[in-house]
Amino acid sequence: MTLTLIIIAMAIVTYLPRVLPVFILEHLHFPAWVNKWLKAIPYAALGALIVPGIFTVEPGAPFVGVIGGLAAAVIAYFKGHIMIVIVASIVIAFIIQQF
Amino acid sequence: MTAMREEQLQRVPTATTYSKDYWQGLKLAVPVILGYLPIAISFGVLAVQTGISFFHSLLMSMTVYAGASQFMALNMLAIGTVGLEIVLATFILNLRHFVMSISLFSRLEHIPKRWQAVLAHGITDESFALASMKREELGSRPTAAIYLGIFSGAFGMWVIGTAAGAMIGNVVPGALSDSMGIALYALFIGLLVPAIRAYWKIGIIAAASAGLSWIFSMYFSEGWAIVLATVIGSFAGVWVFKEAEK
Repeated sequence: MTLTLIIIAMAIVTYLPRVLPVFILEHLHFPAWVNKWLKAIPYAALGALIVPGIFTVEPGAPFVGVIGGLAAAVIAYFKGHIMIVIVASIVIAFIIQQF
Repeated sequence: MTAMREEQLQRVPTATTYSKDYWQGLKLAVPVILGYLPIAISFGVLAVQTGISFFHSLLMSMTVYAGASQFMALNMLAIGTVGLEIVLATFILNLRHFVMSISLFSRLEHIPKRWQAVLAHGITDESFALASMKREELGSRPTAAIYLGIFSGAFGMWVIGTAAGAMIGNVVPGALSDSMGIALYALFIGLLVPAIRAYWKIGIIAAASAGLSWIFSMYFSEGWAIVLATVIGSFAGVWVFKEAEK
């Protein structure tokens, strides 16, 4: 039951920012620096999510996540499709773990 | 303005136009639909292996529908966190959709608000990016139906993939599901790298918050570390984007 409540609360706090602009958009005027801050949030969130989390993909073996992540970065840099990026990193992480 | 609105409202599209638009949206969404499959399966598998029931995994994918925060919730539940911390971390993490929502709906004011409210649930990093990139295919006055096609396609695959993952979760060997845990990070990297490639200073923002996240993780729980690092690290953007305008 507790988990159900947590999930419902998660759903509410996720939906509110998504739906709020529908109703307040006409009234919104941010100062320039707030716009820049909001614009940077996705990139900051990605950075904060990748490090240090990627080191713990395989507990006790941080290089598994690092090598898989580097492979993903290289493929993404050369414009590989996101699907290829994901599948390749799973395969590489799986292969490394066999040694 | 109002006269123009009324004139536009009189040109009501027929039902066949709506269903055609819906299918076109669904077709546009194929890259996201395909990309979501392994991630959704990974989520289902990891959820079950974390000890979350099939029902709760599916409930989370249907109601929360935000990949990163769902994986983060699994992480936090796995280390024994319960309650406010997860909800607050989810809120901060998904606050970015607020910005995407502003951007999306500023071009959709001709769509009834009740449909906008439905579409709002479908905003994710990927579906938003897709909808933003495909402006030409969407036309100057896209219908709610075409967006419904894009968003419901991505959402449908997310839910179906979660169910599939949760069903096979207990038979997937540990080594493989550990490897699948990297799928989320591969997705994040796959989203971040092209942005840095397009404008390298975005890397400063990501690196700043990554560094902060690492430092904070030594003193706080993982959830708080991510929340603090995101909020503080993104202030680098105020400086980075100011520089960009010069």
